[in-house]
Amino acid sequence: MEYETIAAISTPMGEGAIAIVRLSGEEAIKIADRLYKGKQPLESVDTHTIHYGHLIDPDTEQTAEEVMVSVMRGPRTFTREDIVEINCHGGLVSVNRVLELVLRGGARLAEPGEFTKRAFLNGRIDLSQAEAVIDLIRAKTDRAMNVALNQMEGRLSTLIASLRQQLLETVAHVEVNIDYPEYDAEEMSKDLLTTQLKEVEKEIEGILVTARQGKILREGLSTVIVGRPNVGKSSLLNSLVHENKAIVTDVPGTTRDVIEEYVNVRGVPLRLVDTAGIRETEDLVERIGVERSRERLKQADLILLVLNYNDELTHEDEKLFEAVKGMDVIVIINKTDLDEKLDLDRVKELAEEHPMITTSLKNEQGVDELEQSISELFFAGEVESQDLTYVSNSRHIALLEQSRRTLEDALEAVESGMPVDMVQIDITRTWEILGEIIGDSVSDSLIDQLFSQFCLGK
Amino acid sequence: MGYKADSYDVIVVGAGHAGVEAGLASARMGAKTLMLTLNLDSVAFMPCNPSVGGPAKGIVVREIDALGGEMGRNIDKTHIQMRMLNTGKGPAVRALRAQADKVLYQSEMKRTIEEQDNLTLLQGMVEKLIVEDGVCKGVITKTGAEYEAKSVVLTTGTFMRGRVIIGDLSYESGPNNMQPSVNLSHHLEELGFEMVRFKTGTPPRVNNKSIDYSKTEIQPGDEKPRAFSYETTEFITDQLPCWLTYTGEETHKLINDNLHRSPMYSGMIEGTGPRYCPSIEDKIVRFNDKPRHQIFLEPEGRNTKEVYVQGLSTSLPEDLQQKILKTVPGLENVEMMRAGYAIEYDVMVPTQLWPSLETKTVKNLFTAGQLNGTSGYEEAAGQGIMSGINAARNAQGREAVILDRSQGYIGVMIDDLVTKGTNEPYRLLTSRAEYRLLLRHDNADLRLTELGYEIGMIPKERYDRFVAKKEMIEKEMKRLEKVVIKPSEQVNAVLPEKSTELKEAMHAANLLKRPEVTYQEIHQLAPADFDIPEDVAEQVEIQVKYSGYINKSLQQVERMKKMDEKKIPDGIDYYAIGGLATEAKQKLDEVRPLSIGQASRVSGVNPADVSILLVYIEQGKIAKIAK
Ligand SMILES: Cc1cc2nc3c(=O)[nH]c(=O)nc-3n(C[C@H](O)[C@H](O)[C@H](O)COP(=O)(O)OP(=O)(O)OC[C@H]3O[C@@H](n4cnc5c(N)ncnc54)[C@H](O)[C@@H]3O)c2cc1C
Ligand SMILES: Nc1nc2c(ncn2[C@@H]2O[C@H](COP(=O)(O)OP(=O)(O)OP(=O)(O)O)[C@@H](O)[C@H]2O)c(=O)[nH]1
Ligand SMILES: [Mg+2]
Repeated sequence: MEYETIAAISTPMGEGAIAIVRLSGEEAIKIADRLYKGKQPLESVDTHTIHYGHLIDPDTEQTAEEVMVSVMRGPRTFTREDIVEINCHGGLVSVNRVLELVLRGGARLAEPGEFTKRAFLNGRIDLSQAEAVIDLIRAKTDRAMNVALNQMEGRLSTLIASLRQQLLETVAHVEVNIDYPEYDAEEMSKDLLTTQLKEVEKEIEGILVTARQGKILREGLSTVIVGRPNVGKSSLLNSLVHENKAIVTDVPGTTRDVIEEYVNVRGVPLRLVDTAGIRETEDLVERIGVERSRERLKQADLILLVLNYNDELTHEDEKLFEAVKGMDVIVIINKTDLDEKLDLDRVKELAEEHPMITTSLKNEQGVDELEQSISELFFAGEVESQDLTYVSNSRHIALLEQSRRTLEDALEAVESGMPVDMVQIDITRTWEILGEIIGDSVSDSLIDQLFSQFCLGK
Repeated sequence: MGYKADSYDVIVVGAGHAGVEAGLASARMGAKTLMLTLNLDSVAFMPCNPSVGGPAKGIVVREIDALGGEMGRNIDKTHIQMRMLNTGKGPAVRALRAQADKVLYQSEMKRTIEEQDNLTLLQGMVEKLIVEDGVCKGVITKTGAEYEAKSVVLTTGTFMRGRVIIGDLSYESGPNNMQPSVNLSHHLEELGFEMVRFKTGTPPRVNNKSIDYSKTEIQPGDEKPRAFSYETTEFITDQLPCWLTYTGEETHKLINDNLHRSPMYSGMIEGTGPRYCPSIEDKIVRFNDKPRHQIFLEPEGRNTKEVYVQGLSTSLPEDLQQKILKTVPGLENVEMMRAGYAIEYDVMVPTQLWPSLETKTVKNLFTAGQLNGTSGYEEAAGQGIMSGINAARNAQGREAVILDRSQGYIGVMIDDLVTKGTNEPYRLLTSRAEYRLLLRHDNADLRLTELGYEIGMIPKERYDRFVAKKEMIEKEMKRLEKVVIKPSEQVNAVLPEKSTELKEAMHAANLLKRPEVTYQEIHQLAPADFDIPEDVAEQVEIQVKYSGYINKSLQQVERMKKMDEKKIPDGIDYYAIGGLATEAKQKLDEVRPLSIGQASRVSGVNPADVSILLVYIEQGKIAKIAK
């Protein structure tokens, strides 16, 4: 049985430093190969091998991502079809870009549970497991729906719904000209059509731009907590999350894995990273100096730099200040319940303009001030959080990208003088894609719109 | 009192637009066919607008023609005016429309039926069906005659428990004061069919001699001779014009002041009316900011002074209708000849049908036309021909012919009806077709002639002509793909002004893809060494110019076909499939789709449900849970 090639992100979002975009289907290798640049073309590599390389955006011919690509030819695969897995950096932005590239390259976005469904339909999973497959499809769909609904409440869904309504009215106008040529409705002119479509395009573009900045994604502002061992970084994370997520002990170097937590601080969505990813050793500064770690820091939108009130300022602390120069930083002086040993004047000097907050996390003091400071920093700054539109997951972004592309097709068609009923094909497609985002694709809407917008009859 | 009459292969009840196509198709396929109708003087009667065609509908007429039906040929012989619509838009939405000579249309159709081999036309009212063990075996008329048949087709239109409404007056009646069909409707209910009530209406007719045309705009037919049928060679040249005028403030005020006299607003009408054919009182209430509405004055024929007042459909009281007419410029002194009215009638809920138009509960019984919830002559005729074909094939022990959504508007319409049902009179619109670009007016023959020939509806000689045309199209397309046009001054002189200069040599086909370049010019630049008739040139131009979009559509069709090929075994207990959402269970159980494709189009069934269904079917568990 042959199917279209499908693609999806197959690692949970925001979990892990590496994300995988998986393709399955007849064209999987071909699609990946068209984007991939490495030692040898993927079409010619052995099955079940993995290859280092880069993905090139065919439109701009620029390197988009650094990747590892595994090629697995059917039938010895999960779905029994050819499978390609593209491993890329774990950030939402990277993985979205990869997904976007493969979708543009001809793959279709997989439905929830579709890989498993294919595995089943291609005889990979045995009959006794069918029930489980059904449950999985149901569950995944429901979850996707829930996520969609939760994320979609409010501005974005309203925005998309209104864009769809705009498109629908445009299409209805086109349709009334077609189905009721003698009716005295204004002809949908090229100019009118262009203006209307451009408006929608601008809005979609706007959502995408914000989405791409990664700042309004569900993962939120990437906020990295740094500081020497035992200063109370994990405690800080727990305080902000209002839960004991990270293990807190008096043994320096407790935190070993990167811990990421999502938290909404007074309207600012944060993805908190407790920096054990920047592994603390005897020479903390040296570790931070490691190129990768530095990059990690650089990618952060906000740094929470924690110092110990009960300890003297060290050379490592000073280096840390240097490493975060030019970034948004909040300096937190913790353990104020203990004796003052920190040279506060020196700290003030180092902190320059950055806000300084004193806390005793043990006594739950100062957290309010910190939260206040975080929100001030962002509401006052360029990033207007209350205006932010939450584009929740990569699926939505991919769909938005698709809708923008079909809209561009429509505009191009208008421009080149294509008849309006051809243009309509792309407009309707755009409308459908936007509908998928908010889970609404009632196909009768157009006809409803037609008859409510225009007075037709005999 | 009853008596045994003759037996037939197929009996068609009704000789409206659905009935005549059904009867003719069945007879043409070699089935011995009886056509029973209330009144022989109203064969193919047009109770409303004397017009055939228009967007989507006109394409249906061509599809009927390509399948060997009659509507196209008949209107070609009997119209008073014909126009091509949407010429300024793309090829997919072009459509022909004709004004019919209403009486001539009927008599011509009746003559064709009378002359048709295997077909018996008979006046009579069917009141009951002979049904044994869920199988229909014939019909019984009011006079007690029992006719046996292997298949029965009901096409009884708006007659079913018809009730006419004018103002506060209401009485049982078929359209145009013909007798209604009451017992048959009750009988269908007894047989277990779910019936609902729909409503439609018609405007008044006025006398031509009382119209002041100087206050109206003329709407002439096309000068270029046109025809619906691919077979028509003789064209009518002397056409009659239609006329355009408008309602005005005075009209609207009069109606607004008298809304209390409207049966629509007094709650007397219970049936669901179509949104696309609202009455004038409806239009004025719903679109009260629109200062005027168009009124077309359409002659009903050459031998009559009656004029149809399109745009003034109404069920207001008769005296008010007269006053309203007189507010319209040109109609100040008009004589009304017939009053407009609304009619309510019974409709079979169409999800009770298989895509073959056979009913699910009674075998060998087919229904078509307005009885199935549609509205319009073309919609009726399109179902009519399919029901006739399938009734004959059923009688002959052959498999049903089902058009899919990529083959024609007829396929779209029937699939919509049996899959989604309808909660108002269903009218075809081009926007109902997802593959509109493929379902063009110009290529109906390419889509359906082959099928028409295969099932015995198209004679050999016509088929041969068709094949020759098709081959020539292919030959010319191939030629244009090979022949190269080189840039030169002459070449650039031929290209239209808007076109950018040709700088590099280019295949003729690619040049033709430029929106502004026509086949005419290509042919001038790279002439073929064989004669290319106009219809072939048109095909080549469209197929080449829009190949990008056409191919996109074809890919979608491929996908749909794959889904349609996955058959669902009959007798599934949807309630036993755990993962399905409750709504999906109910809907699927009601529609009982034949394929995964059809299932995916049932409203209330989402992609997850379809996936689950697919998994279930593949699993083969079906056998175990079959009812
Ligand atoms: C008032 C009115 C307004 C309309 N307005 C519109 C409109 O605005 N737009 C539009 O598109 N369409 C309109 N139509 C619909 C259009 O006329 C129909 O769709 C079309 O004629 C239906 O064709 P049909 O063959 O299904 O039924 P009909 O044309 O109604 O034919 C039914 C046939 O069945 C016969 N019959 C009925 N009962 C029996 C019986 N028991 N035994 C034997 N024969 C029987 C009748 O004699 C008749 O020949 C209107 C119709 C009416 C009456
Ligand atoms: N007295 C006092 N102790 C604190 C305060 N905040 C944290 N601590 C304690 O300091 C110790 C270290 O806290 P953590 O939050 O684990 O520190 P950390 O920076 O994450 O440490 P590592 O992960 O080991 O690098 C624990 O014993 C905490 O209870 C504070 O405000 N006052
Ligand atoms: Mg820690």
